Parts: sequence; C-alpha cells; structure tokens
Amino acid sequence: MSQHKETTGHTLLVAFVLCIVCSVVVAGAAVALKPAQTSNKQLDRQKNILSAAGLLDGPMSKADIEAQFSRFEARLVDLDSGNYVSETDNGVQPEDFDQKKASKDPGQSIDLDGDTDIAGIGRRENLAQVYILKDGVNVSKIVLPIRGYGLWSTLWGYLVLEGDGNTVAGLAYYDQQETPGLGGEVDNPAWKAQWPGKRVFNDAGAVAIHLKKGGVDPASQDAQYQVDALSGATLTSKGVDYMLQFWLGENGFGPYLQKVRGGQA
Amino acid sequence: MSAKTRDILLDPILNNNPIALQVLGICSALAVTSSLKTALVMSIALTSVTACSNFVIALVRNQIPSSIRIIVQMTVIASLVIVVDQVLQAYAYDIAKQLSVFVGLIITNCIVMGRAEAFAMKNPPIPSFLDGVGNGLGYSAILMAVGTVRELFGSGSLFGVEMLPLITNGGWYQPNGLLLLPPSAFFIIGLLIWAIRARKTNQVEKADFKMAAQTRAQEA
Repeated sequence: MSQHKETTGHTLLVAFVLCIVCSVVVAGAAVALKPAQTSNKQLDRQKNILSAAGLLDGPMSKADIEAQFSRFEARLVDLDSGNYVSETDNGVQPEDFDQKKASKDPGQSIDLDGDTDIAGIGRRENLAQVYILKDGVNVSKIVLPIRGYGLWSTLWGYLVLEGDGNTVAGLAYYDQQETPGLGGEVDNPAWKAQWPGKRVFNDAGAVAIHLKKGGVDPASQDAQYQVDALSGATLTSKGVDYMLQFWLGENGFGPYLQKVRGGQA
Repeated sequence: MSAKTRDILLDPILNNNPIALQVLGICSALAVTSSLKTALVMSIALTSVTACSNFVIALVRNQIPSSIRIIVQMTVIASLVIVVDQVLQAYAYDIAKQLSVFVGLIITNCIVMGRAEAFAMKNPPIPSFLDGVGNGLGYSAILMAVGTVRELFGSGSLFGVEMLPLITNGGWYQPNGLLLLPPSAFFIIGLLIWAIRARKTNQVEKADFKMAAQTRAQEA
C-alpha cells in the first residue's frame, strides 16, 4: 500500500477523485443556497432604501420591510435627457435593472474625463434606477442612487428627496470603508439627522447643497443648503460634497430633477 | 472523556494556543475583532473549517501521495471554506457582509493548514476532528478576548448592546478610536501573550542570541 500510493497512476487518480468530490460539494452548496442568498440581497437593498427614506424604525421583520417597500415603484431614468424609460434596450424591466453592472458595461455607460468626474467613479451608466413613493397621485419621495470616492473607498448610498425634487428627505450610505470614528461617521444617526429638510438647489437652479466645515450657523441665510462637515474627515467630507455635486448636477440627475421641479416628470 | 482526548481538545486553549504560543492566524484576528458579533461568527466559521478539514484529511490520509499532499489539503480546505461562506451569505447576510473577504481568507489561515499537515496526516479521523475543534476554540478564545476589549472601549458596547453611553449619543464615554483600527489588536494580543507567558513560564522562548555586555570605545 505505502509503495503503491506513490505511483504516478495513483497520484493522478487521487487528484481526479478529489477534484470531482470537491466540485460536487461546492456546486451543491452554491446551487442549494442560491435562493436564500438572492432574497437576502434583495431584502438588504430594500432595507437600505427604507432607511434612507426614514421609513425604517428599529429592527423590522422581513414581512414588514417587504410591505413597506412594496409602496415604492421602481422607474428607469435616462440620465442625459431626464426622461423616464419603460425598459432598457435589452428589455430589462425597471425592478430587475442592475445599475452596478450597467456602470461597468461600455455599451450601457459613458467614460467620464477628469474634469467631469469629480466624484471619482470612472464611468457613468446611461440609465439609473430610481424609486418613487406616491402619496395618492402626487410623488412624495424620490430615491436616487449615488456613489463617489471618499478617502479609502467608494461610498454607495441613496439620497432621498421629497416630491418637490428640491428638499432632502434623507441620505444613507449602505457600503463604505471609511475610517471608523472619523469618515465612518457618515453612518452616525446624529449626523444623518441633519439632512432632512435641507434644500438642494438655490434660486438660480444651481446645486447649492454642501458640507460646511466648522459647523453650520443656523442664523445664516445659507444654512438651508448646509450640513456640518465630518470633523477629522476632510477627504470623506469632500467626497460627499463632490458626490452630491456630480449626481445632482447636469451629468447626474440634474436634467431629471429639473423636470420633477417643473412638474413634467 | 479520557485524559488523552481532553488534552487534544483543551491543550490548544491555553497551553498551546495557536495565536498566543504559535503566533499563527494573526491577520484575521486583527481584522474581525472590532466587534464581538463578527469575532464570534468568524470563530465559529474557523472552528468548523479546521475540525471538518482535519476529519476529511485524516480519513483519506493513507491514500494521499506525499508529492501532492499540500495541494490535496488546500483543495479540501478551500472547498469547505466556500461552503461556509455560502452558508453565511444565505443565513447570516449582514454578518457575512461585514466579514467580507475574511471568510474566504480562512483558506490561507495558517492554523487550518498547520493542523492538517501536523496532526491530521498522522492521526485517525476522530482525534483529528477533536484537534481541529480544540485549535478552533483556542483561536476563538483569543478572538473573543480581543473583541471584548475592542468593542467595549472602542464603541462602548458589547454584541451591539450599549454598555458605556457615548458622548455622541448624549452619554459620558469618549470612545477610544484607536481600538477600532486593526493595529490596536496587535497591542492587545501582545499584552495577552505577555500575560499568558508571565503565568506559564515554560512558554517563554529562549532568546535567539545574547547581547554582549556594553563596551566603552577605547580612546586611540
């Protein structure tokens, strides 16, 4: 036995059997657990959207989250024109649209050059998936996906606007790797609580919302456009600033929001 | 439980701890101990991988040709890690997201590989399984100890439950931000090793070389 097991034939046999057994185990686990994983991912995204919209209070059960989320409607927005489209060129429905994938596909995105790419995202997709909450016939909340580079990582989040397309209802990041305790404070509930009620565009229609170093003076006229910058996290704060400017500006949701404000969308 | 079984199972916890004595598996111990929840899930994941891989490898140890034995061990370990990762993503999604790559990196954890090569290749399946559990527990003990210190003083909570009310939430405790960063685990593990070796002096390693007595430079 001990002599026999060192032969080339036996070595090949062991390697072959091992590969078969291991691949069956791995493939079996992946296939059997796929449904649970997919539903987890979906639930996670729904939870993030609800939490950005301020509709998530405390731990909620799966059924509650799904019930709350079912009030939202997924729509696709053509970022260049600002119009809704009913489906992608390939016939993908709004709720199944994978924006992250689209942003990496040269056929579904555009390359940004250094001057326009202030958020540091490299490519921008042509279509974006927004979620609309309707209150009867009027739009009451608009959920916009945003992302941008901070200090260490790309921050992925949702900016929620009120139906007027100008008032912030909430901002939440669901994926970021900024420094815990400094830039990571973008997740701090106290900081996030400052966002609701802030205004995005000034009277001239330009993006005016920004982070203010050293604290916002509530008496100042600009206070309605300002949120405290994160202390000790200049680069993360700048990242948040640029990300808002980009996604609310003409290369982002600017054209769309203009239509929302004009009541045309 | 016979004395031998007990030794196999419990020795790695204090007397022959994989992190504190052998100083293996430090990378993940730094990365996942900023909160107890992630530390606990990581401990369970590593313990089950070490135990199961030891068991499987011990089962086929007489068939493994020595020329490809490391590859065989790696393949078994990697398959088990993928299964654990898939299970976590299906049943503990939030934690799996926080652990991100570190579950996958169990593959390269020296503890798993070390036990497979040093123990499972020479022993029958049941003792190998226990050895895997024991070493997993040794790893877990250190992770939980480090995690407790880091979460309590870094975020003022244990398992996410507030213990020390933070100033940012209207309390009195100013958290120590350093403890949330990986380097702090180095200090804590270092202090732990010091404490263990102060008590169990047989774990102290002999110095590799001895410093010569200081000599004054001679005036020419």
